[in-house]
Amino acid sequence: MLLYNSAAFFADVKPVDFFTGSQWDPESAKGKYSIAPLLVSTGLVTLGAMLIAVPLGIFTAAFLSELAHPKLKNILKPFIEMLAAIPSVAIGFLGIVLVGPGIAKIFGLANGLNALNGAVLLSVMALPTIITISEDAINAVPQSHREASLALVANKWETLFKVTIPAALPGLIAAVMLGLGRALGETMTVLMATGNAAVLPTGFLDSVRTITATIAIEMGEVPFQTTHYFALFAIAVVLFLITLAINLAGEYFVNRLRKFHA
Amino acid sequence: MIKKLKYIVDWILLTGSTVIVCVILGIILGDIFSKGASAISWDFITGLPTDGMTKGGILPAVAGTLVLTLITTLFSVPFGVACAIYLNEYAKPSVFTNIIRASIRNLAGIPSIIYGLFGLALFVQSLRLGTSVLSAGLTLGLLSLPYIITTTEEALKRIPNSMREATLALGATQFETIKDVVLPKALPGILTGVILTMSRAAGETAPILFTGVAFYINDVGTSVNQEFMALPYHLYMLSTQHQAIEQVRPLAYATAGVLILLVFLLNIIAFYIRYKYRTKD
Amino acid sequence: MDKIKLSAHRLNLHFGKKHVLKNIHIDFPNNKVTSLIGPSGCGKSTLLRSFNRMHDLSPDVKIEGDIQLDGNNIYDKKVSVTAMRKRIGMVFQKPNPLPKSIYENLSYALKLHAFPKNEIPGLIEMALKESYLWDEVKDELKKPAVKLSGGQQQRLCIARTVVLRPEVILMDEPCSALDPISSHKIEELIMSLKSNYTIVIVTHNMQQAQRISDKVAFMYLGELVEFDSSENIFKDPQKELTRNYVNGHFG
Repeated sequence: MLLYNSAAFFADVKPVDFFTGSQWDPESAKGKYSIAPLLVSTGLVTLGAMLIAVPLGIFTAAFLSELAHPKLKNILKPFIEMLAAIPSVAIGFLGIVLVGPGIAKIFGLANGLNALNGAVLLSVMALPTIITISEDAINAVPQSHREASLALVANKWETLFKVTIPAALPGLIAAVMLGLGRALGETMTVLMATGNAAVLPTGFLDSVRTITATIAIEMGEVPFQTTHYFALFAIAVVLFLITLAINLAGEYFVNRLRKFHA
Repeated sequence: MIKKLKYIVDWILLTGSTVIVCVILGIILGDIFSKGASAISWDFITGLPTDGMTKGGILPAVAGTLVLTLITTLFSVPFGVACAIYLNEYAKPSVFTNIIRASIRNLAGIPSIIYGLFGLALFVQSLRLGTSVLSAGLTLGLLSLPYIITTTEEALKRIPNSMREATLALGATQFETIKDVVLPKALPGILTGVILTMSRAAGETAPILFTGVAFYINDVGTSVNQEFMALPYHLYMLSTQHQAIEQVRPLAYATAGVLILLVFLLNIIAFYIRYKYRTKD
Repeated sequence: MDKIKLSAHRLNLHFGKKHVLKNIHIDFPNNKVTSLIGPSGCGKSTLLRSFNRMHDLSPDVKIEGDIQLDGNNIYDKKVSVTAMRKRIGMVFQKPNPLPKSIYENLSYALKLHAFPKNEIPGLIEMALKESYLWDEVKDELKKPAVKLSGGQQQRLCIARTVVLRPEVILMDEPCSALDPISSHKIEELIMSLKSNYTIVIVTHNMQQAQRISDKVAFMYLGELVEFDSSENIFKDPQKELTRNYVNGHFG
């Protein structure tokens, strides 16, 4: 059904324009449909989110599995699962009332609804996924590896950074992939927090509009069965293919982790 | 000495990360509840919105979310559990079942807004259900299916084979074995998955945007063919689209508070069932 | 000559590409205890499980030849598997009580086969007495079965089998998960049951086989090497392989 509707779109608009143009402006007289600004926006926000969430998530996972007392771990893990349960719209709300004003103050902007805001929020949403899967990956490293390293007079820290984390690498990559998938597909937080200007952004402080937000904003208002309507299905297919590729990659690494575990 | 300094840096890195994660959660909950608590009251939850939604309660949104979650559950649980039973108990492992399992896992990774588009094209337009709580519930049901199937299959896998052999050896059919022994034993695990799915469905916004949610309805719905209000969408509208945004901010905080309380309540119930079940074994 | 209750003819079983049972011929006499012995992996449990079609649900298993109960092939297409399993009961290596009460473990089996409601309490009491469990549990029949000790659980599983009044009872190393005292009780129980039932038991324990069996079958690498009276197998085996095994030289 998604494919059918997007096929109808490419009957109206040349695929070359769709991928290489630089403007998304369906409302204008000529109707400009280029996915580029949306794709760059999506990429920018997701990249920012990963820059924050990956180190934070992996270090937290390492803390939980290698350093934390079992009792502390039993308290922290449900907390992290709670973080995953918070609805995205509530996180987006905080982007408006909390993160936005904060960014505006720090960088001296009129408002804080921009790519950076979206990246911060998305990192919060990707964190639980990254932490949980990373921790599984680190736990899956056989104790004998660690003991072998400790026996060679490497201490706890060298063991962690030079043996355990490299051994858990496939699992960590899987964690990042699945976190990335979650951030890419997220709608409400970016819709609420990034300002939604459909132009090619030049930096993290520009307002951006992701693929998901575009669908959310415009689908409610377009007449059915128009070029614009079909265009939204077309960008949805692009998003679908990207997330599918990332999830498949994540699954490939999860399977490698499982084999390693067995 | 330098080595020692390096360890301290490492320690700060790891512990610091964990502290930051906890602080983030603390800020989220602290901010919403400190500013929302004063506006949350029984009247707020059970009252109708008044004065262009600048005052009054959120009853239609609460009711809408409950009905929506109910429809989602009614649709996804029977299908999901049946599918999991087929995959785990009846289907012989083959390339075919592996493909089905891989597709189910990938369905779970599809962005929720795409489910929204799909629901619009399928339920609202092709099946002519219109924008309604039924269309929205079915859309969320589709989104929940992979999740229900996965958690149910995990629960079924935890039942040891010796349990199945016990009843089969007594001359029970495979169906009787599943109905009398496997399902009752797997029930807590399945229930945990169902409740977590409900909590997710209650918090989703993107899939219901074009399938039936409405900005303002001054009553509790009476038919599944009507549009409805929902807590997450209400929060979205109050915080971005309302004409008097600053004025309704306390209401937005309170709505966020109610939504998070609802979701946490469901999660705590699920944790409790899981905890009790694990310690019993 | 004893009456033959259960028998296998030209039985071959493949698990995937592996040939697990090779052309087995064996006859089990009525109301006797027959032990299947042999080193691990010789196929004795696999053979036991083919006598009540427990391989039916394993997709990779292929069975040729036939198994006859009172002269009728149980692998015949017309045979009802559930009715056949009522006649041929099975007790497993690890006790596997159902997650129900002691009473319900037995009543469940009876209800499956639609026994009249008013007979159920009497049948249950009889089965528990036959399994030497009645005196220990008669005051707490509502207690969850999993709360019983391992040995009690295994006797409950035997009671659950005999409550259906089967003709044959298959036992797959019923004592291997139990302590010596519980094992001893189960052995006594087996001896008392043989007047009413034909019993086939897989065991690793040579002394146990000697104590309880009338006949013994020795298997090795999927073949039936020797089948004779218990006395002959342990005192005067005809084959070199059997002698080495029963004297503890390998396995």
